[in-house]
Amino acid sequence: MARRTSIRGPLDYGKSPWLILFGFVTFIVLYAPIAQLIVFSFNDSKRNIVWRGFTTKYYAKAWNDASLVEAFTNSITIAVMCTVIATIIGTATALWLWRFRFPAKAAVEGIMALPIVIPEICMGVAVLVLYSRVGHWMRGFESGPIYWWNELFSIWPLNLGAITAAHIAFSFPFVAIVVRARLIGFNRELEEASKDLGASEWQTFWNVVLPFMMPGVVAGALLSFTLSLDDFVITFFTAGPETNTFPVKVYSLVRRGVSPDINAASTVLIVITLVATIIAMRMQAPSKSEG
Amino acid sequence: MESWKQNKVVFWVTALPGVVWLLLFFLIPLALIWGMSVGEKTSIIDIEITGTLDNYVRSFQAVYLKIIWKSIWISIVSTAVCLAIAYPIAFGICFSPARWRPFLLLLVILPFWINLLIRTYALIAVFRTRGTLNFTLEWLWNLAFLDRLVGPFQPLELLYNNGAVIVGMVYVFMPFMVLPLYATIERLDRSYLEASLDLGASQWRTFFSVTVPLTMPGIVSGIILVFIPMLGMFLVPDLLGGTNAIMIGNVITDQFKAANDWPFGAALSFLLMYVTFAALALRAFVSARIKGAVGV
Amino acid sequence: MTKPIISIRNVTKRYPGVVAVDDVSFDIMPNEFFALLGPSGCGKTTLLRMIAGLETSGTGDIIVDGHNMEGVPANTRPVNMVFQSYAVFPHMTVRDNVAYGLKVTGVAPADIAPRVEDALEMVQMSAMADRKPDQLSGGQRQRVALARALVKRPKVLLLDEPLSALDAKLREHMQLELARLQQVIGITFIIVTHDQDEALSMADRIAVMEKGGVRQIAGPEELYEKPHSRFVADFIGKINLIDATVSGVSKAGVTCVANGLGTVIVPHDGAASGSISLAVRPEKLTLSAEAPPPGSGISAKGVIRDVAYYGDVSNVFVTCDDGLELAVNVQNDRAAAGLLENGREAYASWHPSDTLILQE
Repeated sequence: MARRTSIRGPLDYGKSPWLILFGFVTFIVLYAPIAQLIVFSFNDSKRNIVWRGFTTKYYAKAWNDASLVEAFTNSITIAVMCTVIATIIGTATALWLWRFRFPAKAAVEGIMALPIVIPEICMGVAVLVLYSRVGHWMRGFESGPIYWWNELFSIWPLNLGAITAAHIAFSFPFVAIVVRARLIGFNRELEEASKDLGASEWQTFWNVVLPFMMPGVVAGALLSFTLSLDDFVITFFTAGPETNTFPVKVYSLVRRGVSPDINAASTVLIVITLVATIIAMRMQAPSKSEG
Repeated sequence: MESWKQNKVVFWVTALPGVVWLLLFFLIPLALIWGMSVGEKTSIIDIEITGTLDNYVRSFQAVYLKIIWKSIWISIVSTAVCLAIAYPIAFGICFSPARWRPFLLLLVILPFWINLLIRTYALIAVFRTRGTLNFTLEWLWNLAFLDRLVGPFQPLELLYNNGAVIVGMVYVFMPFMVLPLYATIERLDRSYLEASLDLGASQWRTFFSVTVPLTMPGIVSGIILVFIPMLGMFLVPDLLGGTNAIMIGNVITDQFKAANDWPFGAALSFLLMYVTFAALALRAFVSARIKGAVGV
Repeated sequence: MTKPIISIRNVTKRYPGVVAVDDVSFDIMPNEFFALLGPSGCGKTTLLRMIAGLETSGTGDIIVDGHNMEGVPANTRPVNMVFQSYAVFPHMTVRDNVAYGLKVTGVAPADIAPRVEDALEMVQMSAMADRKPDQLSGGQRQRVALARALVKRPKVLLLDEPLSALDAKLREHMQLELARLQQVIGITFIIVTHDQDEALSMADRIAVMEKGGVRQIAGPEELYEKPHSRFVADFIGKINLIDATVSGVSKAGVTCVANGLGTVIVPHDGAASGSISLAVRPEKLTLSAEAPPPGSGISAKGVIRDVAYYGDVSNVFVTCDDGLELAVNVQNDRAAAGLLENGREAYASWHPSDTLILQE
């Protein structure tokens, strides 16, 4: 009597020592390279293998590298512009697909998901071809409105417009998905109640629908920010010599080898994306419990 | 949901931005390269759409066929390894205490948000000849006095081969595999597993006869979710694969960046698109069948 | 004397902060239809799952057919379960579902088919053997779950709230069906339910559970007529509970002062002291416009507060002196016709021997 042979129930797989060990090893393998990258950005050694004391000199070095700073500024600028526009377009699209029933809706939804599912490289080369065509056609104008338009788009930050437009194209469908997921939890009777009480379409949107979907909008915005900041492939095909972004710049450096200043710059980018991601997840978390 | 005719102003205001943007910066470009893929170069910059299939035919020349085949098998192996790692992880998270789950899930997803390039770069620092792994191995070698018995440690050439590409792919895409698996295992009614055990099946039998078939939609989603980007991957083979490990993504890049044979590059990228469409159709087919079977 | 098929000995199961099963001991005899009855959270399902081996073992012993189940995994125990959700595998046909338990335990393929057909026949599902579960109704799925468990020829069949997912009409039908099956097969059934009607109509014996402990084990009639405690009396059917204080015990019965009734004498075999409850079922009470003749029983004068009409009977609530509320079941015959009006004065009366004395 009063014995206790097995503490684990038949479905207590979470307590299996093998599974715990497996998970532990996987997490270590997943994080060790990133941890090493961050740690060695503070290492006072060029060789990057043995710890030779703490230093921030590589951050200073990266900071003083004008082309690196320019690429970094470009990346942030593109990400901010992309976030603003992709959030607006994505939110509108989410509202559209959530609210209306129309012919060929399933096909539209499928096409909207395409930028998410097709290999990045396909989209990269497609945008490259588009811009080369448009550029080729525009160069034919020596004066006139198209010429001036051309001139205008060579001024910062409008010269980043081409890259930004491509970023918007692949990030707004993500925003739409996140916002639409949030809208599924919305009780449409609230909207009807608002209109019943005399509010207009716009007043109802502004006072009832928007506050409800705000967490989804913010999460979508942060998502598009990280997507834009992280993108390498599409930028790689659309960036010109004047419009390097940080990942493209790092790529050219990485091809030459491992160096601590890349570690330093990468660490900064990691911190920025992770902060944005964690905020986005925080914003999304309560939506589940409310729904 | 209301009919679009009920409020046409709101309908068009919400519809147009997304539709126009997608058209201008996604569908038209795709149409352009599709046109280009059946076109011919007439001079350095001019391409004429002639409806030729030469570019596709060229893709099936031995040299490119070998690269396509290699891209496919590297992606298959990497996907399989991803699945083998991600399934136990997703399973373990689903069966861990409820308050741990969001944290563990975050831990899996977080690396996914770190720039692909940076993660690949971080791997180089680990695997290069004078990298952390070789350094650790040398330390262990010397610790075991093998340097005196066998001779000095010879660093392993871990980078710039197919193995490195597979390791890189798995490292980069494994978190992506966990998500759909987690979503389906989480929804799996535990009483199916209990019923199987109650009826006399062993734990392993239950896993293969009940758990795996019932989580098949997640498995298929996960496979497609990582297989497609792996197939078109350009960065990982470029940085970890060296010259002998190029994949189709590198060939496409070369056509546009160096060789300047855009029609051929367009045909290759549309081959990738066709594979993608086929994979999506397969997923729709499988999930429709399983939906019928599982009754979700 | 027959040996019990299941012996539960001092079984206790603790979860962090809560005792799910609290030192429970009882025996279940072969061929018995046994019910674990109680409100949700009373530990009845936990106990059933412990017998099945699906719950982490706590302390104490569970002995099935003479073998201690300590350390025996679920898949080798000689018991099978019908799950509350039925857990009919959605990716297999009805036939494959029923065959599963035989296949995985290495029954010869030649033997599987006839056994599966027999089991399907038994639950009248032969015609649907090739269907998938999503093409079945809830009742049909339950039959599959039954066949799947019974085909294993378990020593004991465990049923976890098997009827809770069915609508009222089907539930009644399945109650009869289950009772019939148990008769035909002649194995022990243990059913977990929170529905007292279900337990009373099907089971040979019922264990009423509350807060992890067993409060009373008895046959349906005894449980209804002679509950041991306020909890059991209240949980099984409706009952009027009247606070009272014992003033003396004699051959004639217990003399006590009851709230709203004054001094009454109730026939009682056992001992009684201090504050007690007098319990009487609503159907034992009669309602009359005139005061019943003295000495004809216990009666209380009151005002009709509420009449709930149920067709054949009405539930009448009478408020008496000292705030005593009595529920009376009145047959809707001619006699009741003029009587049942809110606000009317009436007398509720009953025979003293219909009164139970409950100490706790």
